[in-house]
Amino acid sequence: MADISRKDAWTLLKSATSARIGLGRSGDAMPLDAVLDFQHAHARARDAVHAKVDFDAISAALETPTLHTLHISSATQDRATYLRRPDLGRILHADSEAALKDAVHAADIILVVADGLSAAAVQAHSVPLLKALVPRLTDFVIGPVLLATRGRVALGDHIGEILQPKLIAMLIGERPGLSVAESLGVYLTYAPRLGRQDSERNCISNIHGKGGLGYEDAAGKIAWLTREALRRSLTGIHLKEDASAQLSAAPGNDSALLSSETPEIDEHDERLKQ
Amino acid sequence: MSFQSALGGERYVFRDLKHLLAAASPRRSGDDLAGISAGSDAERVAARHALADVPLSLFLVEVLVPYEEDEVTRLIVDSHDRDAFLQISHFTVGELRDWLLGYEATTERLATVAPALTPEMVAAVSKLMRNQDLIAVARKCRVITKFRTTLGLPGRVGSRLQPNHPTDDPKGIVASLLDGLLYGTGDAVIGINPATDNVPNAISLLRMLDGIRQTYDIPVQTCVLTHVTNAIEIINRGAPVDLVFQSIAGSELANRGFGVDLSVLREAHHAARELKRGTVGHNVMYFETGQGAALSSNGHHGVDQQTMEARAYAVARAFDPMIINTVVGFIGPEYLYDGKEIIRAGLEDHFCAKLLGLPMGCDVCYTNHAEADQDDMDNLMTLLVTAGCTFIIAVPGADDVMLNYQSLSYHDVLYLRSTLNLKPAPEFEAWLERMDMLEPDGRMRMIEPRDPRISRLVEGATLIA
Repeated sequence: MADISRKDAWTLLKSATSARIGLGRSGDAMPLDAVLDFQHAHARARDAVHAKVDFDAISAALETPTLHTLHISSATQDRATYLRRPDLGRILHADSEAALKDAVHAADIILVVADGLSAAAVQAHSVPLLKALVPRLTDFVIGPVLLATRGRVALGDHIGEILQPKLIAMLIGERPGLSVAESLGVYLTYAPRLGRQDSERNCISNIHGKGGLGYEDAAGKIAWLTREALRRSLTGIHLKEDASAQLSAAPGNDSALLSSETPEIDEHDERLKQ
Repeated sequence: MSFQSALGGERYVFRDLKHLLAAASPRRSGDDLAGISAGSDAERVAARHALADVPLSLFLVEVLVPYEEDEVTRLIVDSHDRDAFLQISHFTVGELRDWLLGYEATTERLATVAPALTPEMVAAVSKLMRNQDLIAVARKCRVITKFRTTLGLPGRVGSRLQPNHPTDDPKGIVASLLDGLLYGTGDAVIGINPATDNVPNAISLLRMLDGIRQTYDIPVQTCVLTHVTNAIEIINRGAPVDLVFQSIAGSELANRGFGVDLSVLREAHHAARELKRGTVGHNVMYFETGQGAALSSNGHHGVDQQTMEARAYAVARAFDPMIINTVVGFIGPEYLYDGKEIIRAGLEDHFCAKLLGLPMGCDVCYTNHAEADQDDMDNLMTLLVTAGCTFIIAVPGADDVMLNYQSLSYHDVLYLRSTLNLKPAPEFEAWLERMDMLEPDGRMRMIEPRDPRISRLVEGATLIA
C-alpha cells in the first residue's frame, strides 16, 4: 500500500505542471521518445513562424455585403528580413501606403489581421474571432478589414496616420512556444499614430484552443475595452486598471489575461524587464 | 578622433572610437538593426586592423557614452584602478590580445589585471579574438563567490535549477524542482521567474522555496526573480531573501528602462547583506544581462551591442554578485539571428565578464523564431563549460513552459559533468552524498519513482506545496 501512495504522490506532481518532468534517462541523455517529442514541438513552432498565411481564404471567409477586406504588406520583402528588421515590419510598403490613401474611409474602428510570428494562429483563429467580434460593434463604423503580410503590432500606427480612425484593433500571431504554437493576440490602440509607445496599447493575449481564451470571451473583452477606449479617449496602462476592476467583477472573467504590455511580439526582453 | 586603415588597396576611415568598435564587431543582426555594422566584410577586417593599433589609454580619454549624461560611464571612469592599469598602460588593443594569450598571463596575473580593465577595453580586445581565444583566456580566469555554496572552483560547474510554472502553481513548481534535484542541479541557485510579478506572490514563493531548503537541509541559495524594488519591500516585510535579482544593462538610459539605477541597486545590496543569511560567504546579488537589451530600450547611444553588454558588467562588478548570467539567445533574432551569432555572443559575454572578474554563467537558450536548435545549444554549452563557465541554467526537458523558450535540460548538466569531468559545488556535492543520490563513481544515481529516496522528497514537498 505504501508503494501505491508513493506512486500516487509522483503522479500528482506530474499532473501539476505541463513541464517535461520525469522523462527518465538513457545514460546521461534524454530517452529517444522525449527527444523526438521535443523535436516535433519545436518543428511545429518553427512551421508556425515560417508558414505563409492564406489571406485569400481569410478574405473569402470574411467578405459580406457590408464587410470588405484589403490586402496590405509591411516594408519587408521576405520572412528573413521580417525577423531581422522589426523596424521595417512597423511601416507600410509604398504600394500599400498608396492603396490605403486611395481607399478613403471615415471609420471609427479599423480591424487589422497580421501574420506576426505565428501564421498558424492567424489561419486558425482570426476568422472565428472576427465573426464573434463584429456583431458586438454594430454601433460603430468599421472600415475594411486589412489583411497585413509581415506586420508587427506597430504597423497599426502607420495605418492610423493614413486612415485616422479612432481606434485600431490588431489581431496578430504571437511568438510560438513548444506547448502552444498557434496563439493569437489582439492589440488595441486609441488614436494610432507613428511613435505610439507599447504602454499606450491594451493587449488581450493567449487566444487559442489549448486552454487559452475562447472566441466569445475574447470578443467580449475586446468589445468592452473598445467602448471604454472610445468613451475615455485612451488605451494603455490607464485603461487597464479600470478594465481589470470591471472585468474581474464579472464572474468567469480572468483579468490576468488583460495586459497593456506586449509580451510576445515586439518585446522579447520582457524577462529582462522583470 | 578618427581612425584609418589601408587594406587591399582600399582606404577605410572610421569616424570615432564608437564607430570603429561597431565596424570591428563580428556580424550580428542587432548591429545591422542599429545601422552601425561594417558595410562589408573587408571593412570589418580593416576596422580590426585599426583597432589593434589603438592604445588602451585612449579608452580612458575617449568615452563612448558622455560622462555628464550617464552614471554607468561615471562608475566606469571613477572606479578605474589607475595603479593596476600601470601594468598594461603601454599596450595597444592588439598587444593586449597577444599578452592575454601568452603564458605570462597566468590565473594570478589576470586577477591583478581585472581592476585595470574597463568594459570598453575588454569588449575591444574580444573583437580581435577568435572563439578559441575567448575560450582559452576565459579558462585561465578564476572567480570564486560564496553564499551557501562555493562557485567557480576548478573542476566544478554550477547549475541554476529553474522550476518555472505558467501560473506559479506551487505544486507545479515543486514538481519541477524535485525533478531537478534528482539530476543534482541547483547548486548555483534555485531560481523562479514568477508569472505574476508582485510582492505577495513573491513572498509566498520565497517561503515555499525556503521551506523546502530547510526541510532537506540543502546547501543552496534560492531566489524569486522579481524586480529589485520588490525585493527591498520583501526584505522589509521579513520574508526570506537569499539573493536579490535584477536585470541590468550598460547605460543609465537602458537601466531606466528596467526601472533601476545605481542607487536602488546599492540600497538592495545593502539590505540583503544585512540579513547575513549566507553560511560560507556573503555575495548576495544575482544579475541578468543580454546583448540587445540597451538597443531594445533605445539606450544604446549608437554603441555596438556587445560593447554595451560589457558595460553592464561594470554595473554588476560594483555589487560583488554571487552570480551573473547572460540570457544570450533569449532577446530574439533581431539581435542575434542564428546559432552562429548566439554561440559567438555567448563566448564573448563569458570572456568579457570573466576578464572583469565576474562569476559569469549563461542561459544557453533560443526562441522559436531564431534560426537555432538544440544542436546549437549542445555546441554552446560544451564550449562555454570548456571555457570555465561558472554555471548554466537548466529546466525540465529544456522547455521553459512559462517563458516559452528553450534552454538546457537537467540531462545536459549530467552530460557536461561526465564529458568534461566536472563536479557540482563541494557543499552541494556533499549533500547529494548524504542523501545517497550519488553512485560510488560520483555519477547521479538513476532513481526510480518508487525509490524511497524519491518518495521521501516527494511526500515532504507535497506537504509543503
